[in-house]
Amino acid sequence: MTTPTIVLVGHGMVGQRFLEALADRGVTERARIVVLCEEPRPAYDRVQLTSYFSGKTPDDLSMVEDGFMERHGIELYTDEPVVGVDRAARTVTGRSGRVVAYDHLVLATGSYPFVPPVPGKDATGCFVYRTIEDLLAIEEYAKSATTGAVVGGGLLGLEAAGALKGLGLATHIVEFAPRLMPVQVDEGGGAALLRTIEQMGLTVHTGTGTQEVVTADGAVTGMKLSDGSELAVDMVVFSAGVRPRDQLARDCGLDVGERGGIAVDELCRTSDPAVFAIGECALASDGRVYGLVAPGYEMAQTVAAVLAEEAGEDTGFTGADLSTKLKLLGVDVASFGDAHGTAEGCLDVVYSDSRAGVYKKLVVDAEGRLLGGVLVGDADSYGLLRPLTGTKPPVSPEQLVLPAGAGAPVALGPSALPDDAVICSCHNVTKHAIGQCGSLAEVKKCTKAGTGCGSCVKVIEKLLPKAADQGLCGCFSYTRTELYEIARALRVTSFAALLDSHGREGAKGGEGCEVCKPTVGSILASLNNGYILDGEQAALQDTNDHHLANLQRNGSYSVVPRIPGGEITPEKLIVIGEVARDYGLYTKITGGQRIDLFGARVDQLPAIWTRLVDAGFESGHAYGKALRTVKSCVGQTWCRYGVQDSVKMAIQLELRYRGLRAPHKLKSAVSGCARECAEAQSKDFGVIATANGWNLYVGGNGGATPRHADLLAQDLSDAELIRLIDRFLMFYIRTADRLERTSVWLERLEGGLDHLRDVIVKDSLGLCDELESLMAAHVSDYQDEWAQTLDDPERLRRFVSFVNAPETPDPTVRFVPERDQIKPDLTILTIGTLEGALSR
Amino acid sequence: MTTLELSPVPEAWMAVCEEARLTPGRGLAALLPDGRQAAVFRDRTGRAYAIDNRDPFTGAQVLSRGLIGTADGRPFVASPLLKQRFDLETGRCLDDDEVTVTVYPVRLT
Repeated sequence: MTTPTIVLVGHGMVGQRFLEALADRGVTERARIVVLCEEPRPAYDRVQLTSYFSGKTPDDLSMVEDGFMERHGIELYTDEPVVGVDRAARTVTGRSGRVVAYDHLVLATGSYPFVPPVPGKDATGCFVYRTIEDLLAIEEYAKSATTGAVVGGGLLGLEAAGALKGLGLATHIVEFAPRLMPVQVDEGGGAALLRTIEQMGLTVHTGTGTQEVVTADGAVTGMKLSDGSELAVDMVVFSAGVRPRDQLARDCGLDVGERGGIAVDELCRTSDPAVFAIGECALASDGRVYGLVAPGYEMAQTVAAVLAEEAGEDTGFTGADLSTKLKLLGVDVASFGDAHGTAEGCLDVVYSDSRAGVYKKLVVDAEGRLLGGVLVGDADSYGLLRPLTGTKPPVSPEQLVLPAGAGAPVALGPSALPDDAVICSCHNVTKHAIGQCGSLAEVKKCTKAGTGCGSCVKVIEKLLPKAADQGLCGCFSYTRTELYEIARALRVTSFAALLDSHGREGAKGGEGCEVCKPTVGSILASLNNGYILDGEQAALQDTNDHHLANLQRNGSYSVVPRIPGGEITPEKLIVIGEVARDYGLYTKITGGQRIDLFGARVDQLPAIWTRLVDAGFESGHAYGKALRTVKSCVGQTWCRYGVQDSVKMAIQLELRYRGLRAPHKLKSAVSGCARECAEAQSKDFGVIATANGWNLYVGGNGGATPRHADLLAQDLSDAELIRLIDRFLMFYIRTADRLERTSVWLERLEGGLDHLRDVIVKDSLGLCDELESLMAAHVSDYQDEWAQTLDDPERLRRFVSFVNAPETPDPTVRFVPERDQIKPDLTILTIGTLEGALSR
Repeated sequence: MTTLELSPVPEAWMAVCEEARLTPGRGLAALLPDGRQAAVFRDRTGRAYAIDNRDPFTGAQVLSRGLIGTADGRPFVASPLLKQRFDLETGRCLDDDEVTVTVYPVRLT
């Protein structure tokens, strides 16, 4: 028997899902699978396309697990659109001339953006919004544009508008229907959405069409609308819906629908039984073309089952519900079931709060069964309501729409859902299936639930067994954030007092541990700003903080003087060189534009620092969970591209935040122009100069889990920039977990960047005054720890190798030469004891 | 004035330092007559401990610079390098059953 060949045309989300389903069913082992696709890259998450603009890279968006194709022996040809199908010979031909014979052909060609046939639609500056390549082109063009318009106020249109706004353009939205998102929401929902979006500074034109794109020299300069008005715009993005890509099917004589779409039966077979069509290119047996990913996935599963010869009686795609929940421009929008109330005799229950931009409508039948609904501005209950569709909810409909606290609070949790309720509609996963898993990670791995649009994750979390103890360590059942609040509110100033009053029962009166001591030490240092090495606080610090230097593998320390902004005079550079030479230290330039001196014994630290402090250096806090460096490029002063003095700003920031104790180390950078030579977007807080001031980015990181920083605010003055960073840092210090970098903290923060912006830009929690005054206290109380230490003989007493032999250096700290410098002599460390090493 | 003494070999005692030199919760290193090193500690209640200063996982003489703590009611020190914990009374490593460090008797006189 020869191996059959399955050819898949198109590698989008549905195509990839089809391949995974084939692999799950073992078909990849007994058939040759060939994939031809038009785009230059394998399948990526088109639903999350807009997140590219908030820092996701094309790689982040990939849907294909590393090694998936190789593991399953799938042949993938990108950049190879199929140009012809010969059904008689059963072959397909790619653009390059490649001919592949098939036994089964699966078309997953998706859809193309609909561009209304208006004059000027092909001018330079007109775009569609569909692929990563489209996004890259929009991003590039937007650099020289100030105003943009989006044609289409539906789901994709609002995504595109969000992207243009994010690129800094004044943005218009033109929608032909009388309201935004006409397919998903009703009039009331559209009105709530409109208000919120207008408040964000976007201009919305509803009930009007695009008549003409006005051009000059072939490039966009404006738009004429059907209501007679004109807009001056530099670019236009068409996202007025999509159409099925059925040309290939038409060309080879397969049946297509009157209004497009490759006609298929319930098993997704076309009019040729050897050819299937799935996803947005298919006209399903219920006469609809589905533009959502979940029905596409269901079709993919159906065809995989047919090809695996495992199709049972219940296999088949007969239609899907169009429930959606999205976050568009930061506004939650959801619709599910019979959202428009089309069922005969149905009734609705509406809650509307224009001030808050919240609109909720539930559609119920005469018996009180929930038929559908629309949620705008607050869609938290979507995860619960959608699975309840078709049932009679255990509480009355008005309780389901009222906000908590108004009238009767909703006492309805996920436990009220029936076992067969579908929790994840992207992957069709029931409550029962989720109940078989023990953790969110397990749920995602075993059922794929929560890996699609992600809207069900909150409900899944509530269905899982209560998460394990969230406490900081064996001594405290509170998190770092909670301990911070306790210490602040009760003005706790000692670790022992906190442990004895708020520790776990068995830990009270004890010593604490290596986890909670430095954590509480850091909290107390953040709140009280004093010298951190005296009294009880001395016992809380990790050895690095205790000795104001970084412990290295052989017990020696490294020394990093602060070099603010990376700017240093020749005289100071010479001092560092002389100190390193005189003490035989290994020197290395750090990634943060300063110099690390390695190989100092603990008893040498005071003498080394005496010389550094005398030359005007301060502690660089390389040893602390504190601000490290603010890196900078040379900036406007020297660089022909620079638009601001980045070095001056970097120095100012570094001096302001030096010594600030935080849950983890903090890094920063300032770039003098958009070329970003200081790599500010990889920092906890990064600043990039613009012609009008500074852009502030937060939450970036390099290291093992790199993350691009998010743009928090634009075109800030010096004072505005510093005020925002003050608030940002203090809010982070206040709410982050132990050893949680800003990148992880921001990912975890409920509401993410929008919430952060609300709190520290719009002051939604009324916290900003307090955050600023905490920072003001830090700035005014700052003193150099090394200068303070050197001034105090009592403090200097700890810098000895041996308490009973203060003059004796530790003989195990030894070095051998390497590349004209030193390195630790590790052979000495392998000797158990140094018997006879000393005669005393 | 109270002095902390340590017994490097059975029946022999040596003075290490005044008790007050030890910050509760922290340690100090002491050089023993035969070249070995000890790490001495004092806890919140004033109780003193001494174990070998050598971190058996890295070979570095650093245990005196670790933080001490209590786990299940027992005192321990966590190595400042890779954070393995050692019981201060028995020398047993709490994170690896196979590893133990020497414990030295201490007294205050």
